Amino acid sequence: MAALLEVKGLSAWYGQIRALFDLDLTIEQGGVTALLGANGAGKTTSLRAICNMIRRAGTTIMDGTDISRRTTEDIVRMGVAHVPEGRGTFVALSVEENLRLAFHIRRDRKAAERDMEKVFTYFPRLKERIHQQAGTLSGGEQQMLAVARALMLAPRLMLLDEPSFGLAPLIVQEIFRILRRINEDEKVSMLIVEQNAALALELADHVYLLETGRVVMSGPSAMVKNDETLRKAYLGY
Amino acid sequence: MDFFIQQIAAGLTNGAIYACVALGLVMIYVSTDHINFAQGEMAMFATYLAWAMIDAGLPYWVAFGATLLIAFASGLFIQRVILKPLETAPVLALVVCFIALLSIFNALAGMIWSFTIKQFPSPFPRRDLFGNGLVSAQQLGVVAVTLVMLAALTVFFRYTTLGLAMRAAAQNATSARLMGVRVSWMLALGWGLASGIGSIAGMLVAPIVFLDPNMMTGILVYGFAGALVGGIGNPLGAVFGGFIVGVLENLVGSYIIGNELKLSFALVMVVGVLLLKPAGIFGRVIVKRV
Amino acid sequence: MAAMAHSWATKAGIGWVAAIFWVILAVLPLAGFVSDSPSFDYYLFMGQSMLIYAISVLGLNLLIGFNGQISLGHSAFFAIGAYAAAILMNFGGVPYWLTLPMAAVICFGAGFLFGFPALKLEGHYLALATFTLAIAVPQLLKYKAIAGWTGGVGGLLLDKPDPPFGIPLSADQWLYYLCLAVAMLLFWGVFNLLRGRSGRAIMAIRDHGMAAGTMGIDTGLYKTVTFGISAGITGVAGALSAITIAYVAPDSFTLQLSISFLVGLVVGGIASLPGCMIGGAFIVIVQNSSQSISDWMKDTFALRYDVPAWAIYGTLLLLLMFFLPNGIAGGLALLRARLGRGSAKS
Repeated sequence: MAALLEVKGLSAWYGQIRALFDLDLTIEQGGVTALLGANGAGKTTSLRAICNMIRRAGTTIMDGTDISRRTTEDIVRMGVAHVPEGRGTFVALSVEENLRLAFHIRRDRKAAERDMEKVFTYFPRLKERIHQQAGTLSGGEQQMLAVARALMLAPRLMLLDEPSFGLAPLIVQEIFRILRRINEDEKVSMLIVEQNAALALELADHVYLLETGRVVMSGPSAMVKNDETLRKAYLGY
Repeated sequence: MDFFIQQIAAGLTNGAIYACVALGLVMIYVSTDHINFAQGEMAMFATYLAWAMIDAGLPYWVAFGATLLIAFASGLFIQRVILKPLETAPVLALVVCFIALLSIFNALAGMIWSFTIKQFPSPFPRRDLFGNGLVSAQQLGVVAVTLVMLAALTVFFRYTTLGLAMRAAAQNATSARLMGVRVSWMLALGWGLASGIGSIAGMLVAPIVFLDPNMMTGILVYGFAGALVGGIGNPLGAVFGGFIVGVLENLVGSYIIGNELKLSFALVMVVGVLLLKPAGIFGRVIVKRV
Repeated sequence: MAAMAHSWATKAGIGWVAAIFWVILAVLPLAGFVSDSPSFDYYLFMGQSMLIYAISVLGLNLLIGFNGQISLGHSAFFAIGAYAAAILMNFGGVPYWLTLPMAAVICFGAGFLFGFPALKLEGHYLALATFTLAIAVPQLLKYKAIAGWTGGVGGLLLDKPDPPFGIPLSADQWLYYLCLAVAMLLFWGVFNLLRGRSGRAIMAIRDHGMAAGTMGIDTGLYKTVTFGISAGITGVAGALSAITIAYVAPDSFTLQLSISFLVGLVVGGIASLPGCMIGGAFIVIVQNSSQSISDWMKDTFALRYDVPAWAIYGTLLLLLMFFLPNGIAGGLALLRARLGRGSAKS
């Protein structure tokens, strides 16, 4: 399998404070990679740095193209869909408008319309609420909307920032089931950041463990799952 | 009674113009949170351009269209060149910039076209519409142009993906970027639209008040009042607000305080709305779950 | 910005520079005894204007620079001060010097009252409310019902006061000293205000509005009082201008006057007391030399038109915001810091 995203020596800063130190990371075509670690380990920072949303240094190569110096918008247009922390809902727009926003960058209108139908097969709940103001959706529905918005961009890579955050366990399981289906059916690769390590390990095939802005370990998720000392030391379960 | 109806008609005409100004202010406010103090002077300058073109022999509507385009382009240009570098500057720096633009446009207009007042043609006849001296075709025309513009903008923002992208960028810039929207260009586009709308306001008002470099000062204040009354984040509200302010201004002016205190009335309205109902009458409360 | 505001107060050497500066200002008009140039009175008048503008900018800077509240409406307080002085002198028979403290009190009251609604407004909104105030005031001053007091469109003509006790100075020299004394008093007052506990509170509100509140500073009271003091100071400048020009008229107090103050503030330096002097001088110099600047620009850039002062002001404001956001005083401080570092190395 060829690498879809290759990150080399990625560092990032918030103001003067360095939050990420020389991260190396590879995401395989069609694979799901999880970034795990405690609060403040630099997980969200990594995703933001890949999308050039903060001051950063290092190289990111997407499918052979160097995107280190591209703007966030251009990186998105190249097929990297970022589902941000806090879901980024356009609260005053309707659910439909939230999704239709993707039409702004989609050249092929017909394909976009088809994707819209497809998104509703993954998230039938959103179809029921299509004309509702997005701000009135529940937290779980907003998370679904965020994933659905990302899916509307017809991405090759999805960056997911804590999709389980603040949601009831049942909803979380539903969302992760859907993510699994999206990964398998749409061949969308994923880089997922999670606090809920057990959940992420189920979905991911590859894992990176971060601590205070540095990678302390990486490997196939099965390895981490089966290594109790590792789990206890870094993931707390 | 006839006098009353005349005042209402005149109020709606003025209101239409305030509505245009308010709409321009709202365009910039929703996309950048800024209040553009130069909105009036930009409109005035554009109107001078139209005057120069008509004076050079161009037909009215050709000059109108050309002015609209030039105003749009210069709004875009001002945002890209002057305001974009100051995106993260403190409010004071921005206010100073707007005041600077106000001064420059005012001075340039005076410098190029002098401070003597000029007659600006109206595309609508001044003739009485129903033969009873109540409403003139000119008044109806001004209101109609405003309503057409409002309709066009509504269609643009509601039914085009570019309009949707602009709304998204205004609401949540980070999230819009993550949807591939070039936010900074959306802001520029907002400035372009505001400037274009302003030029229409200028061309509508010039036949009524005569063209001079200070023509928009008072009108801008009423535009502010209109925008605030309707809710400065709400285009439709701004238009209603403009009409309300126009009618109120005429009624209060003719029946209560006389024409000499109209600006003080605007001051009272601006401060009053800011204090009592900062979201405006039509300010939409956005439901948000945290 | 905050660091700069402190630096002038702590450096002992600056005190001497300031003292020498004021002495020079005091000696200058005595040159009139040796010089019999006919334009000397004109220079004196320019000096008066510079001091008056400096006081106005001082008032505005206290509000904008040190307290972080934006006002585009200080022309209104200047106007109130000027009209208060004129009306008191004309109809109340109040001696001119007594109108100054009275104008201060009246404008403090007006500013304090306007400060109340301003409390709820921040940034752009406060700018908007004060902008409207600036636009409304000239029309208000022309209002017929009060024309008996204000003189309506024509304004009021006053008598220029002569020096008291038979002091051998010309009227203009005397007025210059009056302006100078008032300016010294007010600069000294503001300097001390800012140096003390209240000053720290005023600046804390600018720098960390929310935090200042939680630290037990009554932000509402401080903001309204600061607004009042700021308006009072600018009002005194207005009264001085009425006395020195011996004339008030509504159209002298338009938005453009507010913009001049803002130009002085930005050119001199935000949150800088010496900057207020620089700004005041600058406004008068540009106003008086705008014709020659215009001619020079016409020649240099082969322009077909006269360049009006307001185009110069506007362009300058833009350039300053881009290249020297802390004004001339800030630029000088930066220069001194650089030079200081350079000499320390060698």
